[in-house]
Amino acid sequence: MGLLAKNKTTRRSKEDKIFDLINIFLVAIMVILVVYPLYFIVIASISNPNLIYEGKVWLLPKDITFEGYQRIFSDSKIWVGYKNSIIYTFIGTLVNVSCTLMAAYALSRRDLYGRNLIMFLFLFTMFFSGGLIPTYLVVKNLGLLNTMWALILPKAVAVWNVIVARTFFQTSIPNELLEAAKIDGCSDAKFFWKIVLPLSKPIVAVMVLFYAVGHWNSYFDALIYLNNEDLYPLQLILRNILIQNEASTQMMSDIDSLAAKQRVSELIKYGVIIVASIPLLILYPFVQKYFVKGVMIGGIKG
Amino acid sequence: MSSKIDQPTQNIKKTKLKKLLNNYQLYLFLLPALIYFIVFHYFPMYGVIIAFKDFIATKGIMGSPWVGFKHFERFFDSFQFWRLIKNTLGLSVLQLVIGFPLPIIFALMMNQIRHEKYKRFVQTVVYAPHFISVVVLSGMIYVFFSNNGLINNFIMMFGGESISFMAKPEWFKPLYIGSGVWQETGWAAIIYLAALAGVSPELHEAAVMDGANKWQRILHVDIPTIMPTAVILLILNVGNIMNIGFEKAYLLQTPLNLPSAEIIPTYVYKMGLQQAQYSFAAAVGLFNAIINLVLLVAVNKFAKKLSGQGLW
Repeated sequence: MGLLAKNKTTRRSKEDKIFDLINIFLVAIMVILVVYPLYFIVIASISNPNLIYEGKVWLLPKDITFEGYQRIFSDSKIWVGYKNSIIYTFIGTLVNVSCTLMAAYALSRRDLYGRNLIMFLFLFTMFFSGGLIPTYLVVKNLGLLNTMWALILPKAVAVWNVIVARTFFQTSIPNELLEAAKIDGCSDAKFFWKIVLPLSKPIVAVMVLFYAVGHWNSYFDALIYLNNEDLYPLQLILRNILIQNEASTQMMSDIDSLAAKQRVSELIKYGVIIVASIPLLILYPFVQKYFVKGVMIGGIKG
Repeated sequence: MSSKIDQPTQNIKKTKLKKLLNNYQLYLFLLPALIYFIVFHYFPMYGVIIAFKDFIATKGIMGSPWVGFKHFERFFDSFQFWRLIKNTLGLSVLQLVIGFPLPIIFALMMNQIRHEKYKRFVQTVVYAPHFISVVVLSGMIYVFFSNNGLINNFIMMFGGESISFMAKPEWFKPLYIGSGVWQETGWAAIIYLAALAGVSPELHEAAVMDGANKWQRILHVDIPTIMPTAVILLILNVGNIMNIGFEKAYLLQTPLNLPSAEIIPTYVYKMGLQQAQYSFAAAVGLFNAIINLVLLVAVNKFAKKLSGQGLW
């Protein structure tokens, strides 16, 4: 087989070589299309806003200034948002991962009576839902409005993640292990805690990451369930700055001219995008493989 | 005589009970998730009956008076109805037609790259936008497409005229779809890449022996390999066609582009939560959910007939 493979590469036809070249070139263009907007945000956040406005910043930052970042860092709202988002992400993910893994393990056990019915109950919610208003009324009636729990409990379990974790347990925890443990008098809870979880570190990582990114990035639940600014997560503060243009008041109180305000507000926007994305940008290269793994495990079944 | 007949059924009952008791810890494991689904998914499904009532908060769901299809009729008769249907369907169909094939094409292209380092680099880059939050993505659209933003500066550099993208209804769909393609194409390709990695090398070798060039091998080896995955994803996508994301559409709405940017989910949010017309908004939402369910069932049936595969 090795010989064959070698022959394949040496005997590539001219046609195939041209094909390869065009392919590599097209992929390179796509990479540029993805990277350039991100790169531009970085250079724009430290360039003179007037030069950006005039369209003179393209490849390198010009007339470097950290004014945008100074204004962002001196604003208390963003830090409150940061703190809230960290708390919500931490507690939310803890709730998500424990509920999901426990349910997924129980559903992965073939000897669980009624598991098909319960699985159906879970799956059905993927295809039909009561909708926004009835869900809102439930959250309201439970007295969760304007509490952190409104962002955590209504999103406690994602069906898709249960499927992914269940598939993992079914394929990677051998049944013999359970039988041996049972003979030794090991209970289900003990087996799960002492044997299944240590063998399932990759799936735990996948779950933590999927849920944590979801919490960190979400704004919609906060938009509908919270109206106390002290509770706002970072994404809602960002929305006010980026889309509602509400940065002006506090961060730019010392600027008088409207034109200057507008330009500095653009600078702040670029900077805020960076500040908000930093945690993910730092983590991303290290955790990327776990995300990909999660998608693939889900794909086996789906 | 009768005891003889009862014996087996009693035994079955006993073993069932035994099974339940033996696994009681597993049921405890399931409990939190089960409570969650009942409270936050099945209660709302029951609560959706307010669509057929005039919901009065103090009277609760049970106590509010029935009004039949009043809210549905009001929605069907409103001038917004056809516009909302057109916008919602238009946006999601366009998203499907453009957003569905691109990841497949991208995966096929990636699969042809043999330089492992280049491949890994490309993957790392193109997956990254998936993790950008919808708020940041929308913010990026606002700064890039503002009157003196990157795109307009680019247009003006080549002598074109600046376009007010965010103020023009006709630009809402391209911005929505385009940003989605930018953000998700790479990520959505992962699943196809995984399927392609499973193609046995012998198949390709045999094709090479038969004189097939790369293009032919893609057509006759790679594409048939990913077909099952593609069909399942297509069913899921079509079944969710009315469930187009509220989040980005709402963020990209400006008072000026609203004629094409208002879709059913954003309308439900505005009517229900901003104007507190709970029953009316619940009716609109229910209408949407039912269309969705019908579409999903229909597409699944169709796909089963056509290719023998379906979700159930």
